[in-house]
Amino acid sequence: MLQKKKKSILELWMKNQLSDEGLREDLISNEELRSQSDELVTALVGNLSAENFSDLNSDEWSPVIEILGGIAITRARQGFSPRETGNFVFSLKEALLQVLQDEIKTDPMMLFQESMKISRIMDNLSVVTFETFIKGREEVILRQTDEITEISTPVIRVWTGILALPIIGTLDSARTQVVMENLLQEIVETGSSIAILDISGVPAVDSLVAQHLIKTVSATRLMGAECIISGIRPEIAQTVVHLGIDLSNIITKATLASALAYAFQVMRLEVRKVNSIQK
Amino acid sequence: MDRIPILRMGAFLLVTIQVDLYDRLALTLESDLVQMVNKTGAKGVLIDISAVSIVDSFMGRIIGNIASMSRILDAATVVVGMQPAVAITLIELGLPLKGVHTALDMEKGMNLLKSMIHIPQEDDDQDLTTDDSIAE
Repeated sequence: MLQKKKKSILELWMKNQLSDEGLREDLISNEELRSQSDELVTALVGNLSAENFSDLNSDEWSPVIEILGGIAITRARQGFSPRETGNFVFSLKEALLQVLQDEIKTDPMMLFQESMKISRIMDNLSVVTFETFIKGREEVILRQTDEITEISTPVIRVWTGILALPIIGTLDSARTQVVMENLLQEIVETGSSIAILDISGVPAVDSLVAQHLIKTVSATRLMGAECIISGIRPEIAQTVVHLGIDLSNIITKATLASALAYAFQVMRLEVRKVNSIQK
Repeated sequence: MDRIPILRMGAFLLVTIQVDLYDRLALTLESDLVQMVNKTGAKGVLIDISAVSIVDSFMGRIIGNIASMSRILDAATVVVGMQPAVAITLIELGLPLKGVHTALDMEKGMNLLKSMIHIPQEDDDQDLTTDDSIAE
């Protein structure tokens, strides 16, 4: 019965969707919306049969769920709100129920039964949609986290042969790995002999973070370069000593400037003031 | 059997490892090198491992051993050209190779060795003031 009514369902649904105040024309065009809806209704109606009405796990439903999942994921990436995505499915349910009502006017009992069935299916479908939607959002978040880790460890060439690496934010094992890899790679590429690790942006140093720092310094030494840790704030110095962490075989400086001065000294370079500007 | 060539260059010995080391090869290298240091009275050993892409704890230990043995025979060991991945692996394995001198490339390693050998009586001062890539 629903097969025959496919056209009217689609029309009604589109009308519902378009009349919705929250329609996001900035994110999706009407044509796109229509093609998405059309695809979904076709799949839905095509796969409806008397037997699989209650069982959403049966194979007949997988194309519908797939399409819904695809739509939900695209919407999550495009930045739709959960409410808008939810309304997308719920408005279909409304359209279906309305068509059903028009069809079965005479028998209230049957109308009720059929409505219940449709209701159950659509509820299940919306749960699926939501699940996928949230999954899509989580993927987005995960990707952003990765990007942040990537961009938050820049290696700067301060001078020929001197690299600086300002670390901002907490240092965990994963981050240390990225920092270490980037730093060592850059040392090889530039042939630098001194690396300055600036930790003024690290909020706290505990034994684990110190362990990571020591690892990075040792790895740099193995490469044949020297590593200076700079930007140690008084509070950090206090915690480090209280925790009994031995940093005595690591060169530490209070500021990046003093670390740079030390690096110049090691490389036998000198920065001095010029008396008169020559033109 | 494969052998890694040990070249003599003045007071130094040059070892360039061009193949991936396996355990037997490393052990042979160890004994060959010690024999060679003894025979030639070399003052410094330069090991280039820039072509080595895989190390395990055994290899790390062998490199450490070679350095210690050379030091007993009065020759400094400099390991040059370690790959980043190798360095990270050794650190993760807990082998910081203390006592092994390191340099970025052959040239820097050579300069390091020369600076250590030329003024042997000031060797200790050198360690503290100018040559900080040396582990204390």
